[in-house]
Amino acid sequence: MKPNDNSIQWIKEPELGMAGRSYLMLFIQGLTTTIRHLFSRKMTVQSPEEKHEIPDPIIYRGVHRLNRDEQGRVKCVACFLCATACPAYCIDIVAAESPWPDREKYPQSFTIDELRCIYCGMCEEACPVDAIELTSLYDLSGKSREEMIFDKEKLLSIYDQTKDLEPSRTERLKKG
Amino acid sequence: MLPNTIEALVKIALLIGALITAAAYFVLLERWIAAWVQDRLGPNRVGIPLTKIRLFGLGQPIADGMKFIFKAEFTPGHVDKFIYFVAPMTIFMTAVIAFAVIPFGSVLPTGIFPESWGVKEPIQLVAAPGVDVGMIYVFAIGSIAVYGVVLGGWASNNKYSFIGGLRSSAQLISYELPLGLGIIGVVLTSGSLRLDVIITQQAQTGVWNFLTQPLGFIVFTVAAFAEAARLPFDLPEAEQELVGGYHTEYSGIKLMMYMVAEFLHMITASFLIVILFLGGWHFWALTDGIHSAGGDMVTWTTAILRIIVLLVKVMGMILFFMLARWSWPRFRYDQLMDLAWKAMIPCGLVNLVVVALWVEYGERLAKYTGLPTIWCMVALGWIILALTWFVFAWFDPTACDNRPRHRLISPDHQTEEIAP
Repeated sequence: MKPNDNSIQWIKEPELGMAGRSYLMLFIQGLTTTIRHLFSRKMTVQSPEEKHEIPDPIIYRGVHRLNRDEQGRVKCVACFLCATACPAYCIDIVAAESPWPDREKYPQSFTIDELRCIYCGMCEEACPVDAIELTSLYDLSGKSREEMIFDKEKLLSIYDQTKDLEPSRTERLKKG
Repeated sequence: MLPNTIEALVKIALLIGALITAAAYFVLLERWIAAWVQDRLGPNRVGIPLTKIRLFGLGQPIADGMKFIFKAEFTPGHVDKFIYFVAPMTIFMTAVIAFAVIPFGSVLPTGIFPESWGVKEPIQLVAAPGVDVGMIYVFAIGSIAVYGVVLGGWASNNKYSFIGGLRSSAQLISYELPLGLGIIGVVLTSGSLRLDVIITQQAQTGVWNFLTQPLGFIVFTVAAFAEAARLPFDLPEAEQELVGGYHTEYSGIKLMMYMVAEFLHMITASFLIVILFLGGWHFWALTDGIHSAGGDMVTWTTAILRIIVLLVKVMGMILFFMLARWSWPRFRYDQLMDLAWKAMIPCGLVNLVVVALWVEYGERLAKYTGLPTIWCMVALGWIILALTWFVFAWFDPTACDNRPRHRLISPDHQTEEIAP
């Protein structure tokens, strides 16, 4: 854009008064602000000894989990909606014929590459049966890339870990 | 001869050791203050190595130093090798040797050496005692320090370094003028360039120079901030604009030399401000007892108290340096130059003229008003400060039009003046 572009409107700067021009008030203002902050309460959370307090674990987007239904079976019906919605292509599902009569398919394997995931929560929104959800666990780490590719058992175990603190959406709806 | 040599070597060893340690710990202090001002805790983990004792993070400088030493030292292929190696050495060396004439206390009592050695003089707490050109020496060395920056920027063969080097050469050379003007007033009243004599003069009158010459104090402090390249004048290495300025291409121990030199400059500037304007080791009713220049007999208590008072003042000044970093926004480059040439140099000249007139006619004026001479001078100094400040705020010589040039946007000169 050139300086003579018609769409530019030049706004006149406000005139400085004596207080502004003498720089004295600004000097005092700056110094009092820094001194006040010097002694104010510190916001640092000393991880790992202290943990961040997560205000609402229900809407937090941390590690994924695969929910179980009442009989302890995986809820997923292998519809591939999450894998389709995923912008990072980190979900890999192998579907198989379901052994149970109430659905046609179930995931024979369900892996999420946690290193590739961008934690956007699209999979959770896409899921028609509330099978995949994002928990409030944020400090995941691993010693190798292979370790960070979570399979179905791992994702189900995360559900077992977190189900008491963060009930799944179905259960929350049931309670009303 | 032998006692003098021993004395000098001990003082040099003490100074260098203390300075390097101080610079390392000031890095930690700087990080702490930065953190506290931003409502964080700052480094508090590293304590004694190989143990779990934390000591509030006091081990951090050791870790920082080790990191700098063992880091890969990378020399880019496009640099001018010789100058690239010489530049950090220049800046580090000049930062250290400037301390040769800066006193870090007054004198120690006699009786340290055995009497048979025939030492009569008390030990002066300066690495090079009795240098009559003291202030000029500090300034000469300070000017050489600019070479470290300029050569580093030039030798790096990189546009960021180059701009950083250019900026800083212009800035440091410009601000040497107000720095000089600030001290000429002090030198006029004390009649000596020796720093210990300047302190003694303030101790004798009991009125520090910042009370008698507040304008000179302000000019000198602002110029000292700019000379130490501290915010709000850290244009040479404005990291938001120039990556790292003149030391963009440096790494490892060479980068550490630049960093340490930077902190040493800050320490030097604090020492100079304290010695010239804030009374050095003098504090009322605590370290008095001086009657003639250097000839006072100090006891061990007084000697140690004086060192402590001086160091506490310097520490306070350094804290102010570090707080200032977060208090005010950085000056733009043209504003920085405007401030030096349009505000600081005229202010320094006003101060110089007033002090010179005072030295010539002050006694008569004091006799005329009937006030004690020194208080008359204090009153005059503050009146001059208020007047000058008011005049400068009224005419505002540093004001500038921040818009792009008007002619370019007026309809008459629309096409021909705009470069493609």
